[in-house]
Amino acid sequence: MSKAIELKNSSFKKNLGPSLSRFFFLFSIAFVFFALILWIFGKNPFRAYVDIFLNTLGSTYGISETLVKMIPLILTALATAIPSRIWLINVGGEGQFHMGAIVATGVALNLNFLPGWILLPVLIISGFLGGGLWGMCSGFLRAKGWVSETISTLLLNYVAILLVSFLVFGPWKDPESANYPQTAEFGEAAILPSLGQSRVHLGIFLASAALCGFYFVMSRTRWGLEMRAMAANMEAARRNGIPLEKYFLILMLIGGGLAGIAGMCEVSAIQGRLRPNISPGYGYMGFLISWMAMGNPWGIVAAAFLLAIVTAGGDILQMTQGVTGSVVNILLALILFVVLARQGIIRGRK
Amino acid sequence: MGFVPLLSVKEITKSFSGVLANDHINLDLFPGEVLAILGENGAGKSTLMKILYGFYRADVGSIYLKGAPIQIRSPQEARNYGIGLVFQDFVQIPAFTVLENIILFSPGLPFILNKKHLAKQITELSEKYDLRIDPYAPLQELSVGERQKVELIKLLLAEAKVLIFDEPTRNLAPHEIEGLFKVFANLGRDGYSVIFITHKLKEALECANRIVVMRQGRITGILSAQEASEEKLISLMFGETIIEFPFLPKARTIKASPPLLELKGIATYAEEKAGGLKDINLKVYPGEIVGIAGVAGNGQKEIGDVILGLQKCARGRKYLFGQEATNWSVARVRESGVVFIPEDPLTMAAFPWLTIQENMALSNTKKYSQGRGFFINWDAVRADLEKSLKRLGFKLPSFYSMLKNLSGGNIQRMILAKELAQNPKLILAFYPTRGLDVRSASAARELLLTYRNAGAGILFISEDLRELFALCDRLLVLFRGQIVGEEDPQKITFQEVGYLMTGGKYYEQSN
Repeated sequence: MSKAIELKNSSFKKNLGPSLSRFFFLFSIAFVFFALILWIFGKNPFRAYVDIFLNTLGSTYGISETLVKMIPLILTALATAIPSRIWLINVGGEGQFHMGAIVATGVALNLNFLPGWILLPVLIISGFLGGGLWGMCSGFLRAKGWVSETISTLLLNYVAILLVSFLVFGPWKDPESANYPQTAEFGEAAILPSLGQSRVHLGIFLASAALCGFYFVMSRTRWGLEMRAMAANMEAARRNGIPLEKYFLILMLIGGGLAGIAGMCEVSAIQGRLRPNISPGYGYMGFLISWMAMGNPWGIVAAAFLLAIVTAGGDILQMTQGVTGSVVNILLALILFVVLARQGIIRGRK
Repeated sequence: MGFVPLLSVKEITKSFSGVLANDHINLDLFPGEVLAILGENGAGKSTLMKILYGFYRADVGSIYLKGAPIQIRSPQEARNYGIGLVFQDFVQIPAFTVLENIILFSPGLPFILNKKHLAKQITELSEKYDLRIDPYAPLQELSVGERQKVELIKLLLAEAKVLIFDEPTRNLAPHEIEGLFKVFANLGRDGYSVIFITHKLKEALECANRIVVMRQGRITGILSAQEASEEKLISLMFGETIIEFPFLPKARTIKASPPLLELKGIATYAEEKAGGLKDINLKVYPGEIVGIAGVAGNGQKEIGDVILGLQKCARGRKYLFGQEATNWSVARVRESGVVFIPEDPLTMAAFPWLTIQENMALSNTKKYSQGRGFFINWDAVRADLEKSLKRLGFKLPSFYSMLKNLSGGNIQRMILAKELAQNPKLILAFYPTRGLDVRSASAARELLLTYRNAGAGILFISEDLRELFALCDRLLVLFRGQIVGEEDPQKITFQEVGYLMTGGKYYEQSN
C-alpha cells in the first residue's frame, strides 16, 4: 500500500493524460503554420504531409528507418535531460556525439584484430568515455565555478566537429578512397549488428536501457532524490551535505557519454567509417527533444518519434515536392518556438 | 468609543479546503489607535490581513469604511481605500536609492518627475516620525529595520490611513523594535490607524492601545491596554495558562572532557568586508549550551558556514570531536554527528517542492538508502520522523504533502524534527524558535535541554536575550565578526550584553 502512495506522490512522475493532449495540440500549431508556408510557395501541404506520412509510417521500411533515426535522438535527448535535472544546461550533445564517434573509430581501427564479442563492448565503452569525458570537461569547469556549462558545452561542439574534419582529412584518411575525406572502413567485428534485414541496430537496446535507467534512478533511488533536492533548492542541498560538485561531474559524464554512444552507433552501425557530416544535428535536436519533454522519459520517446519523422520528411519533400530538403528546418524552428512559448506560458502562469 | 470606526469587518469567514482560517470575525478599527492582533501561528491573523488588503476574498462577511460598505477585490483597491500593508519580504530593488524605490511604487505621479519635491516630502516625513531615512541612500546600504521604514514612507506618501504591519519585529534588533513602537505612537497621534500583528506578548503589551487575541480562526478576546496583562493574554491565546519560559536549570559543564567543537583563530576571506570573521576562538564542551548574542549580520551566518564546512577559512583551525576538521566536506561534518538548524530554513534547509518525507530522507540519505542507494527505506524515514515529532509534541499534516503547502511555523517545526532526529552530538541552532508560537518554542527549547543533559553540545544563536539568558551555560557576544565578550549569563545583565552587542566595547577599543 505504501508503495502505491509513494508512486502517486513522487513529484517526478507526471500525470500523462493532459500532458499528452497538450503536447499534440501545441505541435499541431507548428504543423498548421508550416502548411501555410508550403501553401504560399505554391505546394500542396496536404499532399506533402501525406507523402511524409506514407514514407515514414506507411511501410515496414519506413517505420524501421524512423526507428533508426530515433536511436541517436533518444540518446542525445538524454544527454540534455539528465544534467537538466539539476539545472545543468548541456548544449553540447553535438560535440559529445562527435567525440564518441572519434574515440570509437580510433578503437575500431586500431584494435581490429579483436573478435566481435570483445570489440563491440569495448567500442560502446570507448564511445561512452569519448563523449562523457568531453562533457565532463564542462562539468569540471562548472564545478570549479569558472565557466558556465552552457557556454563551454556550446563552444566545445565546434572543437569536436573540427577535430573530426582534421582526422579524416589528415592522419586517419583512408589512402584507398581516392580523395574522399573519410577513414578506412571498419572491420566486420567492429560493426554493430542490425536486426534482421533492417538498419535498426542494437543501439535501440542501449537507448531503451538508458531511458529505463534514467526513469528508475530519478524516481526510486537515493541519487534521484538527491538530484531532485538539488533542483528544488541548491543552497539547502549543499547544507544537507549533498556533494554538488560530484554531481556536476558525474551527470555531465553520463549525459555526454550517452551522446557519445549515439556517435559510436552512427559510425559503427550506419556509416561503417568516420566521415564529416555524420550528424544532421542530432545533438541539437536532442536538446530540443529534452526541453519538449521537460525531462519526462515518455515525453522523450514521443518527441524523438516526432522529430525522427520531421527530419526524414526533409528528404521526402525534396523528392516528391521539389523543395529543398532543408525546408524542414523551418518546421523544426516552429516546433522550437511553440516549445519555448509553452514554457513561457507555464512560467507566466506561476 | 462613540465615534464611527475607520474600518470595520463584520462576520468575516474564510476557509481553505475545509479548514476555517477565519471564523465569523467582527472587528472595529478606530482612527488614531494602535491595534495589536495577537495569536499563535496559524491563528488566522495573516489571513484576516490578506482579506483586508485584497489578496484573498472572504467567503462570507462584509467590510465597512467609515460606515459605508466596500468591496476590496485587489491590493490596488485596498490602497485606493487608504489601506496599506508593510511587506515583510520587501518588494524593493537593492541597487536603487530610497527615492527611486519610492517613485517606482507610487501610482499617479506625473510623466515628468519632480524628484526634488518628492525627496523633500520624504525628508519631511522622515523628520516628523523620526525615521532617519536619507532619500538618496542606496537601499542596499540600509538595515532591515530601515528598509521597513522605507516601506512605511511609501504608504504614507500614497495617503494610506490604515497601516498594517505583519510581524514587523521578526528581523529587527531590540533597539530597532523600540524605535518602531515610537513610530507607531506618533502615527497614532496624527490620526493614522496601525494594525500590528505579532505572536509576542510583550510587544503587544508594549505598544498597543487595544489588543485583539485570536485563536484557531476566532477572536477570543479584545482587551484595552489597561485591562491587559500577560496572564490574561496567555489564557486567551491558548485557552490555558502557560508560562512563557522559566529560567532553566544549568548544567555542570564537564570541562574535563575534550571539547566537541573548537575554533582556533578562525578568519574568513571576506574579513575586510561586512560579515567576515576575525580571529574567532570558541569551544563547545559536551553537556553545555554556548550562546552567541549579537545583532543579525555580525558574523552569525559565517560561523555556521565555517563549522559546517561551506566556507573555507583564510586562517585558523577547526576541530570536531578531537579531530582536525578544517577542510572536511559538509557531508563529512554532518556524518560526524553535527546537525544544523539554519537561520532561514526556507532557503537553507527546506525543499519546498518535495514532500515532507522526501525532505526528511534528505537529512541523511546514506542512512535511509538500501542496496547501496538503489532504494530508499521510506518506512524508516517515516518512523524516524514520527518519533522525532512526537518528542517535540509537534503535529504535521500528511507526510506525503509538499513542504511548500505548510505554514512558516510548520516548516520550522519540520526542520527541527528532521535535524534533531539524527541523534546529534553537536547541534548548531540558529534562531531555532523564530516563527514559532510560545508553546512550540518551549517544546523545542526543552528538547535542546534534553540533548544537552544527555551530553550533546549546543551552539545556540539568537537575538532574543531572554531566551539566551534562560538557556545558555555560557554566553558569547559577537560584533562585526569578532567575539567581544564571554560571560556567565548568571553574572551579567541584559544591559551589559546589549551594550556589547551594539558595539560598546568595540568603539571603546578603537578610540
